Amino acid sequence: MSHIISSYSRITPGSITVNGQSEYDDENFITFAEFIKPFFKRLDLGYPKFYKMDALSKLGFVAAELVLRQVNYDLYDKDRAGIVLANRSSSLDTDLVHQQSISNRSQYFPSPSVFVYTLPNIMIGEICIRHQLKGENAFLISEKFESRILFDYVNELFMHNRIDFCLTGWVDLMKDKFDVLMILVEPVRIVNSGEEHGLTLPFSATTMDELYK
Amino acid sequence: MTRRVVITGIGILSSIGRNLPETINSVLTSRSGIGRLKHLNSFHRDEFPFAEVQLSNEQLLDLAHQTPSSGYSRNALLGMIAAREAFVHAGLDKIPRLRTGLISATTVGGMDRCELFYGDFLSNNTRNEYIDVYDCADSTEMIADLLQIDDYITTISTACSSAANALLLGTRMIRNGKLDRVIAGGTEALTSFHVNGFNALKILDKVPCRPFDTNRNGITLGEGAAYLVLESAEAAQAGGREIFAELAGFGNACEAYHQTASTPDGLGAFLAMERAVKISGLDPSAIDYINAHGTGTDNNDVAEGLAIERLFGDNIPKVSSTKPFTGHMTSAAGSAEAILSILCLTHRIIPPNLNLKTTMPEIRFTPVTELIKNIDVNTVMSNSFGFGGNNTSLIFKRI
Amino acid sequence: MEELIEKLKKEVIEQLNLEDISPEDIEADSPLFGEGLGLDSIDALELIVLLEKNYGLKIEDPKDGKKIFHSIRTMAEYITEH
Repeated sequence: MSHIISSYSRITPGSITVNGQSEYDDENFITFAEFIKPFFKRLDLGYPKFYKMDALSKLGFVAAELVLRQVNYDLYDKDRAGIVLANRSSSLDTDLVHQQSISNRSQYFPSPSVFVYTLPNIMIGEICIRHQLKGENAFLISEKFESRILFDYVNELFMHNRIDFCLTGWVDLMKDKFDVLMILVEPVRIVNSGEEHGLTLPFSATTMDELYK
Repeated sequence: MTRRVVITGIGILSSIGRNLPETINSVLTSRSGIGRLKHLNSFHRDEFPFAEVQLSNEQLLDLAHQTPSSGYSRNALLGMIAAREAFVHAGLDKIPRLRTGLISATTVGGMDRCELFYGDFLSNNTRNEYIDVYDCADSTEMIADLLQIDDYITTISTACSSAANALLLGTRMIRNGKLDRVIAGGTEALTSFHVNGFNALKILDKVPCRPFDTNRNGITLGEGAAYLVLESAEAAQAGGREIFAELAGFGNACEAYHQTASTPDGLGAFLAMERAVKISGLDPSAIDYINAHGTGTDNNDVAEGLAIERLFGDNIPKVSSTKPFTGHMTSAAGSAEAILSILCLTHRIIPPNLNLKTTMPEIRFTPVTELIKNIDVNTVMSNSFGFGGNNTSLIFKRI
Repeated sequence: MEELIEKLKKEVIEQLNLEDISPEDIEADSPLFGEGLGLDSIDALELIVLLEKNYGLKIEDPKDGKKIFHSIRTMAEYITEH
């Protein structure tokens, strides 16, 4: 067992948790925007680009931010940061916005900034831009969260020494329904180097399933 | 011991051919598939050229041996036809099964059907089967059903590098010993959705694309599907079948620069190519030809050109973009161009970079402008760079 | 002209999702791109859409945008001239 889940965030309608502890609760929200904006403001990141992102990117961005604050970048090469994410709805939420803007010939004003987000991996791009991660990344689509496929992919990257650490998980959003499990995976040797660190859960498909439940 | 990965089957359906033999013919006669839209009913049909597959949806249904009531989108049909061609080409229907996966790339999913019926869905219940097929993974499931693959199925959606990433993942799964065979590639049908979207970004050229030309002004959108059958060298021994090439190197890197633009100096492209070369164990000077991503946009061609110069120094291989042949096939581009790259190895050719009149001043090299025949090509590189800064480079070696 | 400039400031903020910025924060003559608001190429395209949507002015070639979108004032001048 050479890799550890050192941090994870879980975002579901009304709740944001990090490492199993509640970071934010709001059962009364109606739209995703209403839910995420106050929390983002609270994070006080000074990153106005956030407001230009589509809903899916905002979701992934926040989830990643919460686990990446765990990382000590002195220990790693950012060119060897892996990101492997998956979801069910792809960028459908934004696709529909774009679709609406082109469906009426007389009110035809497609927005370039909306179109840019009609790809699920742009979310990964936003995370990379924010943290300047230049390693390998991939985005997979499947009907539901499949830990085995993500685990196999990430494990292979580690086994063949392609990456130093990895973000992986499930980031799905469709209108005001959203579901995120974002996991940070680090090598054991780093985590046990005596520093004050987060979790030390074994990185495996079983653990991922546990965290997702 | 890392298992070697080889290619034993090829299937491709695009504007330059309904199958592999027709595709080869088009390349050998420098025949481009770019023209006016005949099937997609787009606002922009008269404004821009496109590389549309020369088949209506009815004709595709026929080729795929399916009935109209099936609810298959154009996207799924393209994918099913090309994936089956690859499957049969590799003789997989005639030999005992091993652990086989399907990795398919797409972005638009079932959108070509949905966008037609979108306005209607609320009031008209007769086309509800199309709502279900909207999701990306649906076309993948249909291909899996057709070829009866169920060991491992997944869909990749990373924009223009999607199909290359499908090949990359497939290679990894085999090298890692998880699978013995993988059908990997991508499919994308033209839709008003992305035609209008790319136009909103103002990167569609009004004339057929001109990669690396100083007057280039954007991309020409294309469509189609392309799949390769990847196998471990051991699995490929079964059945006395032909092996076409080895997938010897692969690299992927995130640009971390902008949602759609590349870093002006091509850092992402450089990292991806460098990684591919490293994995292949070769020296950059061993690469004979690069099938460039070469979209014809201001941004990509400069970034990619500079990245090539940086990696290859004084030993720049022959370079061309085949997008003036096939258009930009987006999620299918990576696998379609991998196939065109492999044809260089099997047919001893280098395809031209059509429509190039004046090479852009920012690069020192000149892409190949006429088809080269009877030339030994041993190692080729194929680049696919996607929005979101996802850059992938693949290396194929002659067997 | 000043009225148009104030109106444009609000429209730019809305079109470009500049949530943290208020009209008072934008100087009429300051460059929109590069320093200042730090807008990028996608924002430039959005401004082209803004001109078409709100003022009926079509810009075919994004490269023409450089001069027109230099500052709020140059945008206002372009609108008044056409």
